[in-house]
Amino acid sequence: MGMTISQKILAAHAGREMVEPGELLNCRLDVVLGNDVTAPVAIAEFKRLELDKVFDQNKIVLVPDHFTPNKDIKSAEQCKIMRDFAAEYGIKNYFEIGQMGIEHCLLPEQGLVLPGDLIIGADSHTCTYGALGAFATGVGSTDMAAAMATGEAWFKVPESIKFIYYGDLPPWVGGKDLILHTIGDIGVEGARYMSMEFTGEVIKKLSIDNRFTMANMAIEAGGKNGIIEADEITLDYIQKRARRPFTIYKSDSDAVYAQVREYDVSKLEPVVAFPHLPENTRPVSEAAGVPLDQVVIGSCTNGRIEDLQVAAQLLQGKKIHPELRTIILPGTQQIYLEALRRGYIEIFIEAGAVVSTPTCGPCLGGHMGILARGEKALATTNRNFVGRMGHPESEVYLASPAVAAASAIKGRIAAPWEA
Amino acid sequence: MIISGKVHKFGSDIDTDAIIPARYLNTFDPRELARHCMEDADPSFPGKVQRGDIIVADKNFGCGSSREHAPIAIKGAGVSCVIAKSFARIFYRNCINIGLPILECSEAVDAVQDGDSLQVDLERGKIINLRSQEEFQAMPFPPFMQEIMDKGGLINYVKERKERDKVEV
Repeated sequence: MGMTISQKILAAHAGREMVEPGELLNCRLDVVLGNDVTAPVAIAEFKRLELDKVFDQNKIVLVPDHFTPNKDIKSAEQCKIMRDFAAEYGIKNYFEIGQMGIEHCLLPEQGLVLPGDLIIGADSHTCTYGALGAFATGVGSTDMAAAMATGEAWFKVPESIKFIYYGDLPPWVGGKDLILHTIGDIGVEGARYMSMEFTGEVIKKLSIDNRFTMANMAIEAGGKNGIIEADEITLDYIQKRARRPFTIYKSDSDAVYAQVREYDVSKLEPVVAFPHLPENTRPVSEAAGVPLDQVVIGSCTNGRIEDLQVAAQLLQGKKIHPELRTIILPGTQQIYLEALRRGYIEIFIEAGAVVSTPTCGPCLGGHMGILARGEKALATTNRNFVGRMGHPESEVYLASPAVAAASAIKGRIAAPWEA
Repeated sequence: MIISGKVHKFGSDIDTDAIIPARYLNTFDPRELARHCMEDADPSFPGKVQRGDIIVADKNFGCGSSREHAPIAIKGAGVSCVIAKSFARIFYRNCINIGLPILECSEAVDAVQDGDSLQVDLERGKIINLRSQEEFQAMPFPPFMQEIMDKGGLINYVKERKERDKVEV
């Protein structure tokens, strides 16, 4: 019996030839990640172990990205806990303001996560790195604390669902639409505890930024990880960044899947997820018309250069609707700089949008764009739960950068071809 | 351990933003988090929850973010146990790691009403509805997870292992 790519990566990190779904393993980790919300809790737990060193100063990554630049005194105190810990324990990959970006945009960009890696992060969107053919999954702070001490974590080998996408992607339809459509199909717990393996001719042609968007939202279907086999597109992205060896794993042809689901994407429209769950999806033509107060373009889901390119393409020479605020957040300093060089930032500002330094900010209702009671926002982020972006009686609609830019111009949810 | 408490019943897909909204994540003090526990699902919850009370919820409890502040807030509010049809993966892991008792039992969730009193035998996974005298059996934990919980959480478990390794060296 063959193994899936997820089984193979877990097996390799447990020193095993073969593992089967349901087995509990203790695995060696390549990267352990935390942010300004989760790392302070992990640091407090780690200190209970009374150790004078971490397992490996090179394999821990700390990124202050959620409430930074510090939104208030309490957040500043949280960041200081992390900064002081990084200095005291000699953590090499601590990214200060000015260097930092949204963690899941930053780590791949810096070449810190590579194909075949086993990665845990005290952030649920750690699953993003599956786009590079790594096994990456979110955990809590205590798991992070234990991992900083031991370099290991326990895993239950997950069953896998294979998603096959075929056909030709219509214009304005991309990774965000594919993953929202998939979540709409299987529901927010459709892949609970399972590995989501994205395959097929559409994925093979999909750009790396669009792949990150898909793997990023595996958690929104309850998935343990989302994963795409590394190929030429991956290597093209990795080769100039990797500073250590890596291994490419592929699923065996006789690997066993709990489910196989196929999607013909040829007639797919851009997708919008309505409040208050990412599974409440509708084609944009059935969503158009909802009046909006705010549009947010950015986040670990859609804050990369290609996302900004799509937004710039639609916003060029246009004006943001006067009754709506548009906030654009490049994912990292490098993405920001690249957008500046390409002229996107000027397009955004001329259109009437604001451009922010990288931060998770509004995505989780932290800062930089909180909603008032009754307000509606369309965001390229990943969650539209009650109160996610502010007041419990506000609403969040999720969509791609193309739908977001078109909606910003129209002042209501709009299809890209309307802009 | 046998616990008993009054039921607060919730629906499906209660996410971690509902359990503890992100606007309160600039601290991890359990008492402060407890003041806002479940606030966006039921604003009256922090005011009415009593020490020992039990949360009963439908499927996929704790979906969304990895924030450990969610089980910390529930524990901080004095909730003795969460019973659901199913739990989201990271939340489930976090509960085991910090020692917040959780049980999976669909039959109990369907039968129990808001305000009922339950008696729960955590080791055996036995749930008794004191109103109706009905009994339910929850899914047992794998022995490995039970061991982490018996030690009082993952850090104690790791601590013991580290000390054992030191002795062996």
